[in-house]
Amino acid sequence: MYDTIIIGAGMSGLAAGIRLTHFDQRVCILERHYTIGGLNSFYRLRGRDYDVGLHAVTNFTPKGTKQGPLARVLKQLRFRWDDFALSPQIGSSIRFPDVELDFGNGLELLCQEIEAKFPAQVDNFQRLLEKLIEYNDLDQAAFESSAREVLCETITDPLLIEMILCPLMWYGNARENDMDYGQFCIMFRSIFMEGLSRPFAGVRLILKNLVRRFRELGGELKLRSGVRQIRSEDGRVVGVELDDGTLVEGRNVLSSAGQVETLRLCDDITDVDDRNTGQLSFVESVSVLDCEPKQLGHDRTIVFYNDSERFHWQVPKDELCDIRTGVICSPNNFAYDAGDGCLPDGVMRVTSIANHRKWSELAENDYELEKLRWYDQVMESAVRYVPDFRKHIVDTDMFTPKTIRRFTFHDNGAVYGAKEKVFDGTTHLKNLFLCGTDQGFVGIIGSIVSGISIANQHCLRN
Amino acid sequence: MTPAEIRNEILDILEDIAPDEDLSGLKDEVAFRDQLELDSMDFLDIVMELRKRHRVQIPEESYGELASMQSTVTYLEPLMKDLQKA
Repeated sequence: MYDTIIIGAGMSGLAAGIRLTHFDQRVCILERHYTIGGLNSFYRLRGRDYDVGLHAVTNFTPKGTKQGPLARVLKQLRFRWDDFALSPQIGSSIRFPDVELDFGNGLELLCQEIEAKFPAQVDNFQRLLEKLIEYNDLDQAAFESSAREVLCETITDPLLIEMILCPLMWYGNARENDMDYGQFCIMFRSIFMEGLSRPFAGVRLILKNLVRRFRELGGELKLRSGVRQIRSEDGRVVGVELDDGTLVEGRNVLSSAGQVETLRLCDDITDVDDRNTGQLSFVESVSVLDCEPKQLGHDRTIVFYNDSERFHWQVPKDELCDIRTGVICSPNNFAYDAGDGCLPDGVMRVTSIANHRKWSELAENDYELEKLRWYDQVMESAVRYVPDFRKHIVDTDMFTPKTIRRFTFHDNGAVYGAKEKVFDGTTHLKNLFLCGTDQGFVGIIGSIVSGISIANQHCLRN
Repeated sequence: MTPAEIRNEILDILEDIAPDEDLSGLKDEVAFRDQLELDSMDFLDIVMELRKRHRVQIPEESYGELASMQSTVTYLEPLMKDLQKA
């Protein structure tokens, strides 16, 4: 009998596992995949290491910063700042037709850029900043109000509104077109007020630290152990049944499988309302280069681009992908320590919005062909905003919503979870709780915060 | 445990909770909150660590007693005086 069974060995599940084992609980993490990480994982292909999910760790604050989500995560998990080995970004850019806004970590550069490119909006932008500070006190109704409406009340240039929304939606908006105002505030803080960073070794460094700590504390991690059913009696979970039929008993169950996905596992529910499942998923086209992006004149860490004045954040209806907007990440372009040296290869990762249903309906042959076809189209779209790197490509890989679905088991390969968030993590069963993307926190640090806060609130108090 | 040993235990817990904090200049009579940036989650952790390490149960209504080092040691002394230092 475990004190807590955790479904999913991603950031949130591992973080919850550390909290609970630290306070002497018997904990088992069950992961269906053969490796850890969930939506933020890593793989090796043809002799090279790749990251999935993570472009950058948001919420970056320098060593010694005592407030904010990163500081809180480190304290709660008893890590030192140096354990995550985060190097800050060099600088990123939001690129629309004819206008470009650069930003770095902290608001200084963004404010200067707004002054230079949108001088009439300087005071309005300040008013927006003042408004944002109060976001911690938002109730659920205010959290779910429209970010576009709040922006329209403060900023009077529609182009600036679209440019501010673009990176924030890209890095964490589960809704189409508009964004919850609360989610907007969280993302604004994590990207513009705090900032972007990356460990030299990539996301695997953070995951390996989490797993090592969890195991040192006596936690059990079982890979290739998918949960087939959550068993309940009289409104309480009694245990879970694995894909191979094994029964595992626990006093509490914490699931990072997703809200709808978790309910579907419950033996007391036959018909799950899946209108709340997330829809937004992506293709990512990874290009390995024979040189550093900097040698081609590209020094930006991340470029968020959009090729018209209006930013379209929606699942493509008729096509496999929507390449009018995208994110270009260059893992080489972080300010790594001199002692780290350089990454072994130059890398350009381009992310585009994609339709899971269309990708998953393709026959095997067509699927491979469409990947090649869309890779070329994505490159064509991206090189309008960064120097043309296509002659320097020595290897490529691409993952689609189908890939994300296959390895994370999230409906539709959704990356940012359900549209309506379940803030307190409770479910219809008294001792079954949700953590992870469906709890309103996104990003690496956000997912970790989610695991910590649900463990604290529901599993440590008794 | 003597008050000095209890104080050392609390320092140890604080080092554990906030490994990047410099605790050498900690003033016993000044509230932790004013010198260390501890939030409510951290105070809960002090309580939990005391329970984990010494089986000392602190009821929720007494959390206020943990405001500063001085008040914490005073509060814990009767609860921990019979414990042996590990």
